[in-house]
Amino acid sequence: MKKYDAIVIGAGHNGLTNASYLAKAGLSVAVLERNAYIGGATVSRELHEGWIYSNCSYVCSLLRPEITRDLELPRHGLQVVPYGGSTTFMRNGDYLGSYFDHDRQYREFARHSKRDANAYDRYSADVLKQTRLIRPFLLKTPPDPTSLKLRDLKDLADFAGSFLHMGEEGLADTIRFWTKSVGDYLNEYFETDVIKAHLAGSGIIGTALGVFSPGTAYVLLHHYMGEVDGTVGAWGFARGGMGAVSAALSKSLQTFGGDIICDANVDRIIVKNGKATGVALKNGDEYQAPIVVSNLDPKRTFLDIMEAEDLPAEVVKKATNFKIRGSSGKLNIALDGVPKFNGLDLNSPLMIGDMHFSDSLTRQERAYDDWKDETWSKDPYLDMTMPTMADPTMAPPGKHFMSVFVQYAPPKINGREWTDEDKAGFEKTVLDQIGNYSPNFKDLILHCETRTPREIEAEVGLTEGNIFQGELTFDQLLFNRPFPGYAQYRGPVKGMYMCGSGTHPGGGVMAAPGANAAREILSDLKKPNIIPEGYADD
Amino acid sequence: MSELSNDTMLLETPFHSRIKELCGLNDWGNWSGYTTPNAYFDVELEYFALRSTTGVFDLSPMNKYRITGPDVEPYLNRLVTRDVSKIGINRVGYAIWCDDAGQLLDDGTLFRLSKNDYRLCAYRRATDWLQWCALGFDVNIVDETDEIAGLAVQGPTSCSTLTAMGLTDLEHLKPFGMKNYDFEGESLMVSRTGFTGDLGYEVWIAPEKAELLWDRLFAAGKQFLIKPIGSYALDIARIETGFLQAGVDFVSAEEVIRPGRSRSPFELGLAWLVDFNKPLFNGRKALLAERENGSRYRFALLDIDGNKPADHSFILKGGKQVGTVTSAVWCPTAKSNLAFAQFEMPHGAVGEKFVAEIYYQRELHWTRLLAPCTVIDRPVFNPARRRKTPAIAF
Repeated sequence: MKKYDAIVIGAGHNGLTNASYLAKAGLSVAVLERNAYIGGATVSRELHEGWIYSNCSYVCSLLRPEITRDLELPRHGLQVVPYGGSTTFMRNGDYLGSYFDHDRQYREFARHSKRDANAYDRYSADVLKQTRLIRPFLLKTPPDPTSLKLRDLKDLADFAGSFLHMGEEGLADTIRFWTKSVGDYLNEYFETDVIKAHLAGSGIIGTALGVFSPGTAYVLLHHYMGEVDGTVGAWGFARGGMGAVSAALSKSLQTFGGDIICDANVDRIIVKNGKATGVALKNGDEYQAPIVVSNLDPKRTFLDIMEAEDLPAEVVKKATNFKIRGSSGKLNIALDGVPKFNGLDLNSPLMIGDMHFSDSLTRQERAYDDWKDETWSKDPYLDMTMPTMADPTMAPPGKHFMSVFVQYAPPKINGREWTDEDKAGFEKTVLDQIGNYSPNFKDLILHCETRTPREIEAEVGLTEGNIFQGELTFDQLLFNRPFPGYAQYRGPVKGMYMCGSGTHPGGGVMAAPGANAAREILSDLKKPNIIPEGYADD
Repeated sequence: MSELSNDTMLLETPFHSRIKELCGLNDWGNWSGYTTPNAYFDVELEYFALRSTTGVFDLSPMNKYRITGPDVEPYLNRLVTRDVSKIGINRVGYAIWCDDAGQLLDDGTLFRLSKNDYRLCAYRRATDWLQWCALGFDVNIVDETDEIAGLAVQGPTSCSTLTAMGLTDLEHLKPFGMKNYDFEGESLMVSRTGFTGDLGYEVWIAPEKAELLWDRLFAAGKQFLIKPIGSYALDIARIETGFLQAGVDFVSAEEVIRPGRSRSPFELGLAWLVDFNKPLFNGRKALLAERENGSRYRFALLDIDGNKPADHSFILKGGKQVGTVTSAVWCPTAKSNLAFAQFEMPHGAVGEKFVAEIYYQRELHWTRLLAPCTVIDRPVFNPARRRKTPAIAF
C-alpha cells in the first residue's frame, strides 16, 4: 500500500492543476485516473488513424492565464491560437458572420440590420461591465455569507463594493444578467432573428435550459469571461487539441514530482473516525493519504465514491438534489477535405471559428422543446469548429477534423436508456443539419465518432454527460456551488476536498476550481499560499 | 459609396478615385470603417492650406441621420440639451446629447432643412439611440450616411473658391447658415460650418455627383491655392480652435465600461449647450442635480510653457496629480503650446497655474519635462474672418 500526502481522484484539468500546486508546495501527490489516458474531458485522442480528436471539450478561453503562466504551460507545450470569428448559417442561404475586426463586424451585422450593428456596441459594453464584476472572483474562494471570519467578511465587502460601484443602472443590469433568459436579454438590444440567435448560443451551451429559460443570460456571461491574450471574451484552439492542456498540466505536475496513475478506478474514499485516510480502488488496491481531493462531480463524489454512512444526511440530500442534467452530445468527424459552406469564402477568417445552424430564437427554443419531450432535437443547435483550419497537427495535410457540439440531447430517450438505434438517429440528424448548409460535407466524411450523454457519462464520468459538472444556474453558483455550506472546497469529512467544475467558479476548461481548492488545502496545512492572484482587470 | 456587402475591405468614399490620385504619401487611416487619408503630401503644408488658403477634407464617413415627421421638434428637444426651436430653417446648430444620467453620448451638428425636416451629423453611429428615443414620437429616422457625400472646404480663400465654382451670393451666408444650389441637376447643399474655427463651408451632394463636384471645386480653387488635407492636419486645426472630439476628449457614455469614466456636459465645458428652460430632455434631472451639487471634473484649456506638446501628460499641483491631458498640439498659427485637460474638481479654474509632466524622446533618449502651464479662458485661434459677413475674399 502506497502512501502519499495527498491523492487527487480524476486526471482532468482541474485534478491536474490541483495536484500540480500541491506538489509544487512540497507535498507528495498522486493523481488517480480511471481511464488508460489522462485528461478527463480535456483530451486529444487518435480515434481514426492519422486524426487527433478533441473528442470532448474543444475550445479554450476560460483557462486562467495566471495559471497558464504560473505552471509554465507554454514551456510544457501548450499553445492557444485565437479564433477568426464565428458564423451562423441561415435557412435562406445567407449567413451572419461575426469578426474580431470592429468595422468588419459592423459592416456584416449592418447587412442584416444597421440598428443592430450599432446596438452591438452597447451590448458589448454592457456584457463587458458584467464580466468585470465576475472576473476578479474567478481565482478566489467564494466568501461564505454566513461566516464571521475576517477573510469572508473582507471578500464579501469587496464583492459588495464592486457591485455598488457599478451604480444603479449597472446593479440593475447585474440582477438582470443573473436572472433573465438569454432570449429576453437579447430582445432588449436587437431586432434581427439571426443576430439574436447567433449571440444566444452561448447562453444554452452545456445547459439543460432553453433560450427563454430564466438563468441562461448568466450562462452567456460565463462564456464571455474568458480571454485569449487579454482579449476578454475571445476563444481559441489549443494546438494539438484540448489534450494539449492536460498534457502540459501533467508535465508541470511531473516536474514537481507528482505521480499520475492511470487505470486506477476508485471504488471509494476511505473514511475512518470522521477523517479521510485514503482511497480504495475497484481492483482492491489501496492508497493512503491524509488528504483526498475529488475532481469528480458532486453526485459521483458523494453518492458513488463515498458511503452515505460517512456523510451527514444533509450532504447526501444536497448531492441527490444537485442539478446536473444531460443536455448535449458530440460528433467528432474526420474529413477528407474542407467542406464548402453556403456563401463563405474558404479563405475567410470565419472558417477558423465556430459555426452554427440555428438562425432564430424560436428554432433554438423548439430544439429545447424536444429535450423536454425526452428526445434529441430534430433541428439541433450546433457549435461546430474545424481546428485543423489553424492547426496542422491534428489531421494529415489537406484533411480536417471537425468537432460538432450538439444541443440538445437528453440523458434518457422517452424514459429509457439510449439505444444504438437512437444514437444512429441522433447522428443522422446532426449530419443532415450540417449537410443542409454544406453541399459536399457528407461526401467528405471518413469517420465519425458519435457521443450521446450515455457515452460521455460512461467514458468521461460526467453524470448525465453534463459538461459543466452541474448546471450554471444562480442557485448553483458562487457560495451555492456545489451547495451552500460546502462552497469553499472542503468536504464534510476532514481531509476530504473537492476541486472539480462542480465547485466555484464552475465549468469550462478554466483550471480555477483546481487552483482555488489547492489554496484552501495549503491553508489548512498552514503552508504558504502559492496560488497566483488574478491579474488586475483594468 | 460602396454597397454594404460581404466584402471585407474598408469601404471607399465617393471621392476615393480623386483622393487616391492626390494622396502622394499613400498614408491611409480608418475613419468609421472607411479608408481615409491621414496625409496627402505634407501635414504641415496641409495645415497651412487650412489657415492661409483653402483645405478640402472628405467628410463622407460622418454619420448622417435624416429625421422628419410631425413630432420632430419635440423629439429633438427631448434628445438634445439645447433648445432646437431656436434653430431657424436653413440654419445649423451645434448640439450634444446625453443619457438619462446626464452623461454625454456624442456631439454633432443639426441641420434644419425645413420646418419638420432635420439632418443630424454625428461623430458616432447613433441609429440605436435615436430609435430608442423615438418611441412614442411620430418621427421617421433614416441613416443616410451612405447617401450623402460631403466635403469640408475651409480656409481664408474658401468663399472665393466656391464662388468661382458658381455658387453666387455665398459671401452673404452667415455662420451656421445654409443654402441650396443646383449642381448638374442635383441639389448641392452648402453650410457655413466646419471643424477648423476659420472661415469655411461644408458642401453636401449625392454620391453620383461627388467626383464631378471634386473636379469642379479643385478647378475653381486652383488660383486660390486649394489643397486636399488629411486627418492629421485637421486634428491640429481642431485643437488649436478648441473643438472636442468624441473618443479622444470624452468617451461616449454608451461605450463606458468602467464606472465613472463618462462625462457630463458641465465637465466638458459645454454648459452653454444645456437649456434648463426646456421642461424635459434626456439627462435634465441628473444635470440639474449636478448643477446643484457640483461636478466631479472640469475641462480646461492649458497654455503650456515651452514647445513640447503635452500629449497624454499628467497635470500636477504641488507634485500631486490633479488632471490629465486628452488632446495637445503645438499651434503653428497661434504659436502657442495648447492642451485640453480634464481636472478633478476643484482644480482648473481660469488663471490657475499647474505643471505638465511631459515625456519626449530624441534619438531614443527620453526626457521628462515639468512644464509650467496656465488655464486660459478661450481657444488661441479665433480669427475675425470666421464670423465676418459678407465673407472676405481671402
